Amino acid sequence: MILELDCRGLLCPQPIIELGRRVTDVEVGELVAVTTEDPAARYDVPAWCRMRAQEYVGEEPAPDGVARYVVRRLA
Amino acid sequence: MSDLRGYLDTASSEPLHPAARETLMAALDRGYADPRRLHKAARDARLLLDNARAVVAECLDVRPDEVSFTASGTDAVHRGLLGLARARRARGDAIVHSAVEHSAVRHAATWGGTARVVGATSSGAVDDDLEVAAHGAGVVACALQSANHEVGTLQPVEDLRLPEHVPLFVDACASMGRLPLPTGWSALAGSAHKWGGPAGVGILLVRRGARWETPFPEDDRVDHRTSGFENVPAALAAAAALQAVVSERDETNARQHALVDRVRRAAGALPDAEVVGDPVSRLPHLVTFSCLYVNGEALVTELDRRGFGVASGSACTASTLEPSHVLAAMGALTHGNVRVSLTRDTTAEEVDAFCAVLPEVVAGLRS
Repeated sequence: MILELDCRGLLCPQPIIELGRRVTDVEVGELVAVTTEDPAARYDVPAWCRMRAQEYVGEEPAPDGVARYVVRRLA
Repeated sequence: MSDLRGYLDTASSEPLHPAARETLMAALDRGYADPRRLHKAARDARLLLDNARAVVAECLDVRPDEVSFTASGTDAVHRGLLGLARARRARGDAIVHSAVEHSAVRHAATWGGTARVVGATSSGAVDDDLEVAAHGAGVVACALQSANHEVGTLQPVEDLRLPEHVPLFVDACASMGRLPLPTGWSALAGSAHKWGGPAGVGILLVRRGARWETPFPEDDRVDHRTSGFENVPAALAAAAALQAVVSERDETNARQHALVDRVRRAAGALPDAEVVGDPVSRLPHLVTFSCLYVNGEALVTELDRRGFGVASGSACTASTLEPSHVLAAMGALTHGNVRVSLTRDTTAEEVDAFCAVLPEVVAGLRS
């Protein structure tokens, strides 16, 4: 499954706080997607993955064009 | 004199050095005239300006005719880099630079040519692609800073092997006065208020024999590389501060390096935090770290409330703001970011007090 976190309208670092809080809602090996306009998320989602030993899968646009960052839970 | 305790933002601007203040006050009454005129007051102003130039040249181990005083460090960057490019405009307009250059370099490259940006390592040093890019078609200049202004990492300027026809511009604003200049440049820029001189004085160095043409309208002043009426008292004060800082730097650097190590240890011990930049090959007075789940501006505000003035590369106050391009290029965390930079007078007590409040400030903002 993919856990979708709609973080539209949230300012940095709220999307990363959401990600940190909710990542354990999925099983190890499953995905979490953060959708946000926050420009810092482009750098901070991969940095969060590195610091928290999770896998950064990549970025793609949501249907409305807002950036969606996908992470795989490894730990 | 104002209370400087807790001021930890020297990388933005160092408090005026006492040597600069003394010189400035004395020169204000003497250096008012137009140094191009022939009368006595003018000759006096010219003497002061030439004296300032000679002192700067000696401090930086360059020739006096290689030294120009500009309106700011940014102005020196613009003139230095764009002047090299302009002198080669028949060959192209590509300017190669690292992704971690100061915005003055980035904007100049975009404004005056076609920027070709190469990446940086996770420690903030430019990667090997700089040399590869410099060999590209139409490259008229290559820009690399001496040290990074946000994370302190020293750049391998002297190891660069550029093609014969590509001149090197060095932005040395972060290190001038603190460290000897690297070699191998055709033009170089510095900024006086970064070493304790007054604001509004930049240093532009153009190597003798280097091809350089003014990128802006000419002005018939003392020095053909600059424009506008010379601020003679400020130039002299900048030179006096530089002289003092250079003579004191062995002691200052060793002391600051050790104090910064204390901050690096304290920040590194915070949960979910990372210290950014090279731990060893770095500026002596500066350290940057980022804390997960913390708003950088809130961190700055809370530290200010506790009496500490620091900078931040975060951009959490508006959804349209881009965070620090330096942190982004390094792949470092951009939020919860703090840059601490010590003044020459910062004491061990101040540093220890800062390190002591850090854990509770960060924990408080996270809760």
